[in-house]
Amino acid sequence: MSKEEIAAQRASEWREALRKEKKNKDRIEIERVKMTELDPQYRITNNEEVNCGLTMEQAQREASRCLDCPDPQCMQGCPVNIFIPTFIKNIERGEFLEAAKTLKMTSALPAVCGRVCPQEKQCESKCFYKLKLGKEPVAIGYLERFAADYERESGKMALPETKEKNGIKIAVVGSGPAGLSFAGEMAKLGYSVTVFEALHEIGGVLKYGIPEFRLPNKIVDVEINNLRALGVEFIADCIVGKTISYDDMHQMGFRGIFVASGAGLPRFMNIPGENLIGVMSSNEYLTRVNLMGAACDDCDTPVVKGKRVAVIGGGNTAMDSVRTARRVGAERAMIIYRRSEDEMPARREEIHHAKQEGVEFLTLHNPIEYIGNEKGRVTAVRLQKMQLGEPDASGRRSPEPIPGAIETIEVDEVIVSVGVSPNPLIPNAIKGLEISRKGTIVVNEESMRSQLNDLYAGGDIVRGGATVILAMGDGRRAARAMDEAILNNQL
Amino acid sequence: MNKIVEKEYFSENVVKLVVEAPLIAKARKAGHFVIVRACEKGERIPLTIAQADEEKGTITLVIQAVGKSTKKICALNVGDYLCDVVGPLGQATHIEKVGTVLCCGGGVGVAPLLPIVEAMKAAGNRVVVILAARTKDLIILEEQMRAAADEVIIMTDDGSYGNKGLVTNGAEEVINREKVDMCVTIGPAIMMKFVSLLTKKYEIPTVVSLNTIMVDGTGMCGACRITVGGQTKFVCVDGPEFDAHQVDFDEMLMRLSSYKEVE
Repeated sequence: MSKEEIAAQRASEWREALRKEKKNKDRIEIERVKMTELDPQYRITNNEEVNCGLTMEQAQREASRCLDCPDPQCMQGCPVNIFIPTFIKNIERGEFLEAAKTLKMTSALPAVCGRVCPQEKQCESKCFYKLKLGKEPVAIGYLERFAADYERESGKMALPETKEKNGIKIAVVGSGPAGLSFAGEMAKLGYSVTVFEALHEIGGVLKYGIPEFRLPNKIVDVEINNLRALGVEFIADCIVGKTISYDDMHQMGFRGIFVASGAGLPRFMNIPGENLIGVMSSNEYLTRVNLMGAACDDCDTPVVKGKRVAVIGGGNTAMDSVRTARRVGAERAMIIYRRSEDEMPARREEIHHAKQEGVEFLTLHNPIEYIGNEKGRVTAVRLQKMQLGEPDASGRRSPEPIPGAIETIEVDEVIVSVGVSPNPLIPNAIKGLEISRKGTIVVNEESMRSQLNDLYAGGDIVRGGATVILAMGDGRRAARAMDEAILNNQL
Repeated sequence: MNKIVEKEYFSENVVKLVVEAPLIAKARKAGHFVIVRACEKGERIPLTIAQADEEKGTITLVIQAVGKSTKKICALNVGDYLCDVVGPLGQATHIEKVGTVLCCGGGVGVAPLLPIVEAMKAAGNRVVVILAARTKDLIILEEQMRAAADEVIIMTDDGSYGNKGLVTNGAEEVINREKVDMCVTIGPAIMMKFVSLLTKKYEIPTVVSLNTIMVDGTGMCGACRITVGGQTKFVCVDGPEFDAHQVDFDEMLMRLSSYKEVE
């Protein structure tokens, strides 16, 4: 993304005209749009998407707030460097399909990113409004979602331009955000891409992890079908390292391999009672409900439907779990977090939505033991009350136990959401990879290339637990680097 | 989609299915398992691979109809398809020549025991097999076991076939009769617990293959966790085989009942 490219787009006639149409001092007077949301009392009875999206009028008005800066900092805040002002100005002038096309130049999954990216920490955090005016930033995320949704609903989805097929076979391990993003980029560059997925569904964490009320599956499926239309082949139920080996992949003629196998193993806290019935990882809980449909009557997979549910942790996965528990029927759904709310890694929007839905927040509480009944079912959790001490290595004030301040709360289900470790399948199955102490695959940060010449990796298997958009950025970078290596005969 | 090419009833509730799965047939080793889903709305359940035919590209599964999902799978016929079969999963059995290996199988646990018996024999061990069941009709794979092992002893609770008694009675007799260097036991959790207690008494290294509740089978969910030697282990990626003397069977038995009320 060169400065010249950005400047050239900005210099187009229509953009010049649009900038002159309204004075900046009038633009900055417009208030940031409010997303319409389903009523909390209604939404906890179902799985419908909470955020309703913007209307055309709302979107155009919000787009007109954007000042079309000459040096748009927002783009620096985006891991895939979306041409943000270009797509926003297209919305302002009513060229919504053109806006969607702009998004797809650099992002394989705009409808997904518009929903789940932490924009407040990325593009929107760099917005002129935020940095220089001390005002609410342009709602870039909402606008991204609007453009992607508009295009999908118009039935006029444009496929990105692709280069002529070059006949070179490339394999992708895992169909989550990193894998999908990589597959899309490589398909556009003319490669024949095959994606291997271990589960029976394509989409990885977008399907098994993120709940429908935040990211409907049908949206993910549309994006996957777009990749199919670009020629990407998907093979489910195939575990690389188990069903087929690294050597098998060479025999199958794959010239390059991108590993995006994600964050596998859930972490537990190793406290007494953690193996009682009713205590489970957020991965298990969300997979049962999201992937296996356990809350529906016509699906065979069961799930514990707790009435008093404690979710341990303060990240987005914890919020997804606790809000799911509310929808599955919990009367009392609690977040238990050892630090204060300020330190919570979850998006503010998720915390806000959870509170609206009646979730209780027990911050500065840390579980120390689970208590069970004679059948081995969890019935209570013992909590140590905490206070904040000095900042630790992460810069967050570290929680310390308050001596003697212990309370017991009745629960019938506990969902442990304290992080995940990278999936060990690939690191165990492929020799010659450099593996970090944390179990992640070590790659060159620029090229995403591993110690093995033909193997690149990205997403949580490299990062250990990050966001959808960072995973997508990895996929995009790896695709560019692999393409370059192939063109230069280095692969 | 995996086609069922052969079906045989071992007993009223125990079915053998031969299923097309060429890649798994090629990659699998003794001790591996697969995750199976009967239909679109079906549950993912783990099943140990009993046999595989690389040439024909098939694997053999032995299933006991106990819950909703296993009943669905057992009701399928030749020509029908399983919605998903994925694997091979877990760590393969560690096979080496140790001398005499005592293999104790109970119920459908006899099926996954068969490839281990074959591999142990091929590695040059003397292999003594004990097949145990409540009654004669529930003894399975006897012929194949006789072909693979040096000796097969049958134990039935009711004495309707072979010797009357529990698997542990048979095992103790063998242990008292000859030097046993290693024991492998697969069967109902309660049976494995008691075999393990017995061999611990005689200080015979013992391996168990565990079949717990799983969802993904690839290490992602943690539903299969058990305690081994005081540490939490995942059966799907760390197992399914463990040092029997280190396994907390009581906790495992408890966890197996997680969804009993739903079934």
